[in-house]
Amino acid sequence: MSITTSRSDDNAELTIRIKGRFDFSSHQEFRDAYENPEGPFEQYKIDMTETTYLDSSALGMLLLLRDYAGGDNAKICITNCNNDVRKILTISNFEQLFVIQ
Amino acid sequence: MASSVLGSQKTLKILIADDNQSDRMILQNIVKKQGHDTATAVDGVDAIEKFSEFRPDIVLLDALMPRMDGFEAARKIKLLAGEDLIPIIFLTSLSDAESLAKCLEAGGDDFLSKPYNRIILQAKINAFNRMRIMHKTLLRQRDQIAEHNDHMMREQQVAKTVFDNVAHVGCLGANNIKHLLSPLAVFNGDVLLACQKPSGGMHVLLGDFTGHGLPAAIGAMPLAEIFYGMTSKGYALGDILREVNQKLRKILPVGFFCCACMAELNFEQEEIEIWIGGLPDCYLVQGDQLLKVASNRLPLGILKGEAFDARTYRFEMKHGDRVYLWSDGIVEATNAKGEMFGEKRLQQVFEDNLQEPNLFEKIRRSVVDFMGEGGPSDDLTLVELTMMPEKELGIENNYLTNTGLKGPQHWRMAYELCSDSLAVFDPVPLLLQIVMEVPGLRTRNGEMFTILSELYTNALEHGVLGLHSKLKASPDGFAEYYRLREERIRQLDGHFVKVDVRHKGAVAGGVLTIRVEDSGKGFDYQKLDGKLPGPTCYSGRGTALLLSMCSRVEYFGQGNIVEVDYEWQA
Repeated sequence: MSITTSRSDDNAELTIRIKGRFDFSSHQEFRDAYENPEGPFEQYKIDMTETTYLDSSALGMLLLLRDYAGGDNAKICITNCNNDVRKILTISNFEQLFVIQ
Repeated sequence: MASSVLGSQKTLKILIADDNQSDRMILQNIVKKQGHDTATAVDGVDAIEKFSEFRPDIVLLDALMPRMDGFEAARKIKLLAGEDLIPIIFLTSLSDAESLAKCLEAGGDDFLSKPYNRIILQAKINAFNRMRIMHKTLLRQRDQIAEHNDHMMREQQVAKTVFDNVAHVGCLGANNIKHLLSPLAVFNGDVLLACQKPSGGMHVLLGDFTGHGLPAAIGAMPLAEIFYGMTSKGYALGDILREVNQKLRKILPVGFFCCACMAELNFEQEEIEIWIGGLPDCYLVQGDQLLKVASNRLPLGILKGEAFDARTYRFEMKHGDRVYLWSDGIVEATNAKGEMFGEKRLQQVFEDNLQEPNLFEKIRRSVVDFMGEGGPSDDLTLVELTMMPEKELGIENNYLTNTGLKGPQHWRMAYELCSDSLAVFDPVPLLLQIVMEVPGLRTRNGEMFTILSELYTNALEHGVLGLHSKLKASPDGFAEYYRLREERIRQLDGHFVKVDVRHKGAVAGGVLTIRVEDSGKGFDYQKLDGKLPGPTCYSGRGTALLLSMCSRVEYFGQGNIVEVDYEWQA
């Protein structure tokens, strides 16, 4: 498990990449990633290309980010989910809260 | 007159043909005195007969003789000699250039003018003997090379058969794959593998090993094994690449690696995922759009495990869209002027033929035409993958009938984690690994992880540690929850979490039952409604997830025991 971040050139978007399992053990790391001293950013992108699994505590963490980024006005896009990850997000109706690509 | 020149001391058999008896006698005397065996002939016809009987090493032939002259005899003797070099020295009193040239044109190797000079004669015999020996050596070596080559070809044929048995168990014959690959491609380092995934979809890998011959073929074996083994067990593209990378890095000497492109075709979602390292850029034809997919990763077998980058591209691919992969053979195809086909020409072929249904053949034709006659067309590797409905692939979906893929169908395991071990060990990956031994469940590893993780987390956090998810109501509460978790888990004594897993196979599927019991106080499960909480709630989704994935979720005792059924169909 490791989390890395990068900012877009215009500093408007923060990309958070999650590698491996996304569960409670990533809590602190994930929070540190989005509670960036230079944030909040206009947009967030969660890159799940290398995320293998997630569980309900990960869902909670995504919601924490959503509130941090402005709640209903937050612009958060979750990209490159594998089928399993997407399924969990779908079961939880997260499409209504996030842009899932 | 003894000489140390190679072969000069050996007794040679020398045939002397001259119609003039005294000339014949003189020559015979000279040659015999030099220690050689002789035979004589009186004219051309006689010379040919004696040649067959006596099998001379060197022939001394008079140019002008009755019945058949020396020129004619020389031609026939050369014919009879076949591959062997039997030097013919013409004996002649002619001295005009034209006649002398005629001697050589008829197949003679030299001439000796009458009257004979014995020193020159001996020098010539010695010189031609050296040439004869050299020629023999040459023939022997040529035969040896031919034999070695035959041997090598036979060995390659056997190696190829072995390789084919390993590499071509896949589905290269599927209707959506067109490919061009030399029959002995494994020895020029190119490998093409294709395999269906158990959950539907297909993995395709094109590899190009550095170097040719045996080293390339050796590297291709584990590559094929891992590719087919892991694909049919349901592993994801990234996992397979990581495994191959690690394996090749371990077995190949430094400087040897495998440029590769791996694609996963998802026929249901009409999507393709592409990883490309070291191979030339590949092309995606989406309707009438051409998209170049840049090679952006290092080849397999170079980077250490943790540094390896398995990130991929993802593209939408409608039915009929195609993707093209090749090794550098196509780009580097060279014409008679030494020019390479190059990427520009290749791109032009694509741009000119985007609507062409048989674009594959167009590309092949362009490259072959460019190289012209006699180009090494066996170095061209080209692959076309088309997106189509999975049922049109025209291949049997027989991955589960393959030996070893049946896996355990009926089994049960119990696992208990106690006291301080609860703090230091997360049993979920271990349990997941055991469950994944059932081939049909491998494709559901994401769901399996979530179910096992929810069950175990609930037992540990809510049961054993007595943490309430209401704590997670605010961001700070969320952090507090995990701080408390950390604190309480260090002070455990006499606690446990028991996991009991059973699997019962059915004709085309099965039921996995998981029972988890913890040493906590339990909870009032009558109050559970299993509904998903709203977006402002950071917790409470675990049970809803379980309910949506499992056919049965049942609590027992004081709420410290839960049992779920997960039903699956192949």
